[in-house]
Amino acid sequence: MSDVKTTALVWISPSTWPACVDAARERAPDDHVVLLHVGDDRIAAEAHRAYAGLLGRGHGPERDPGSRLEALSGVAGADLLEKAAHRLGRPCELLDRHGRPQEEVIRAAADADLLICARDGDPERPGPHSLGPESRFVVDHAPCPVLLVWPHRT
Amino acid sequence: MNSLAAEIVSVGLLLGVLAFAVARPRGLPEAVAAIPAAGLVVVLGAVSPADAWEQTHTLLPVVGFLAAILVLAQLCDDDGLFDAAGDLVARFCGGRPVRLLGGVFGVAAVTTAVLSLDATVVLLTPVVFVTASRVGAHPRPHVYACTHLANSASLLLPVSNLTNLLAFTASGLTFTRFAVLMALPWLAAIAVEYVVLRRFFAADLAVGAHPPKEAEQRTVPTFTLVVLGLTLLAFAVTSLIGIEPLWAAFAGTAVLAARALRRRRTTLPALWRAASPLFCLFVLALGIVVKAVVDNGLDTGISRILPGGESLTTLLAIAAVAALLANLINNLPAILALLPVVAPAGPGPVLAALIGVNLGPNLTYVGSLATLLWRRVLHEHDSAPSLGQFTRLGLLTVPATLIASTVALWGTLQL
Repeated sequence: MSDVKTTALVWISPSTWPACVDAARERAPDDHVVLLHVGDDRIAAEAHRAYAGLLGRGHGPERDPGSRLEALSGVAGADLLEKAAHRLGRPCELLDRHGRPQEEVIRAAADADLLICARDGDPERPGPHSLGPESRFVVDHAPCPVLLVWPHRT
Repeated sequence: MNSLAAEIVSVGLLLGVLAFAVARPRGLPEAVAAIPAAGLVVVLGAVSPADAWEQTHTLLPVVGFLAAILVLAQLCDDDGLFDAAGDLVARFCGGRPVRLLGGVFGVAAVTTAVLSLDATVVLLTPVVFVTASRVGAHPRPHVYACTHLANSASLLLPVSNLTNLLAFTASGLTFTRFAVLMALPWLAAIAVEYVVLRRFFAADLAVGAHPPKEAEQRTVPTFTLVVLGLTLLAFAVTSLIGIEPLWAAFAGTAVLAARALRRRRTTLPALWRAASPLFCLFVLALGIVVKAVVDNGLDTGISRILPGGESLTTLLAIAAVAALLANLINNLPAILALLPVVAPAGPGPVLAALIGVNLGPNLTYVGSLATLLWRRVLHEHDSAPSLGQFTRLGLLTVPATLIASTVALWGTLQL
C-alpha cells in the first residue's frame, strides 16, 4: 500500500462551508485536505465602478470603496478559512485566492483527487434550481470527481 | 471663431476634461484640467465672459449645497451612524439573506435620498459588505444593491444627487413640491430594482445565514439622528417660507461639526477635505465648458430631437435621451447640457430628464467613453474583471426602472 495520500479540495464559500467541511471529515478522513476560499473580484470591481461614476469627488484612491472592499474581502476570507480549519479539526492546507470563484476552483482542482463543494441554489426547489450558476460551472468543468453536498439547514 | 469651430473645440475640451477626471493621471485632481479648459473656452470666445460669470453665479449655491451635504454625510459616518445602521440590518435579518437584502434596500434608499448617492457609494457600501460577512451571507447581492440604489434611489429629494440640485435650481420648484413629484418615481425605481435583484441573485440569497452575535451590538447615535431629522424638516420649512433650503443644510452641518470638533472627533482640515473643494471648483469649471458646448449648437441639436409638451411619450423620450447622454458622456455634463433645453418647458420635462440621467448610469456608471478609459486604467493594474455580470444586470434594470419611474412621474403630474 502506498504512503502517498490522496488530496481532497474543499471549496469554502460563505454560508455553505460547514456542510463541505463535515463532508470532508466523514468521506475523506484519511485524505490530505486543502481548504480553498476564493474572494469574488467582481464585488470590489462593482464598487470601483460606482466610485468612478462619482468622478472621485476630488479625492484620491484612498477613499475608493473598491479598495476598502478588497481589503475587507481578504480579512473575511482569512476568517472563513480559520473557522473552517477549526471545524475540520485536523492539519490541513489553506488556500486563499481571488478572481472569478468558479474558474479559480477549477484551476485549484487540477491537483486534487476529489473536490467537495455544496449546492449554492435554492434548497427548497430540487432540480436545476438547486444549483446556482457557479456550482453548475464547477460540476460541469471539474477535472476530478466531485462530491456535491446539500448545505446545512439553518 | 464661427459657431461650428467653437462647437468642435468645446466638445473636444469637454471630452478631454471628462477623460482626465476619470483617468486622474498621477492622482491629480479633476479641476487641474477643467479650470484651464474653462479659461480657454472664454479666451477663444466660445462663451462670453458675462455668460461664463452668470453660469458660475447660478452654480455657486448648488455647489455650496453639495459641499454641505458631503460634510454632513461624513460627520454622520464619524459618529457611527452607518455602522449602527449595518448592525440594525444584521439584527433585522435574523439569519435570512432575503430579509438582509430587504434591510439593505431600506437603508440604502434612505441614505441615498437624505445624504446623497456619495454617502451610499463611499460610506455605506463597505458597511454592507461587513454586515453580510458578519451574518455569513454572500455579500454580492447586497453590495450590488448598494451601488445600484445609489443611482436608482437618488430621485427623491434635491439633495439626493448633484444632478437633482442642478435641476432643482433650474426648475423653480420648491423643495417639498420636488419631493412630492418624485416620490412615486422613486418608489417605482426601488421596487423594480428589488424584483430584478431578488431574481438575479436568487442562488446567493437561497442559502441561509446566521443571526449576529449579541456581543457585537452598536449604540445608535441619537443626537446625530435627531439633527439629521431636524435638517430634513428644515428643508421643507425653509422652502415653504421662501428661504433657500441651502441654509438648512448649512445649519445642520454646523451643529454636527461644532459638536464633533468639541469632542475632537474631527479637525478643521478633515472637514475641509470632506467638502471636496477641488471637486466643487471642477463643477463650476465644467459648467462653463458645457455652456460653450450647449450655446454653440448642442441646444438646437437636442431641441430638434426632443418633442415638446408633457405627454407620456414626450416624457419617455426625454428620459431615454437623457439616459443615453448620461451613458455617452457622464450624468453631470448630461444634465448641464439638457437643462437649458428642457427647463423652459416646465417641471415635467426637467424631472423626466433627471430620471434619465440618474437611472441611466446603472448601465455604465461613468459613461461608456469614460468606462473605456477606466478599463484601460484597470488593465494597467493587471486586473480586468469581466463586465458580463454588471452589464447584464444593468440591461435588466435600467430600461425597466426608466419606464416605471417616468410613468409614475406622468401619473403624479396628472393628479
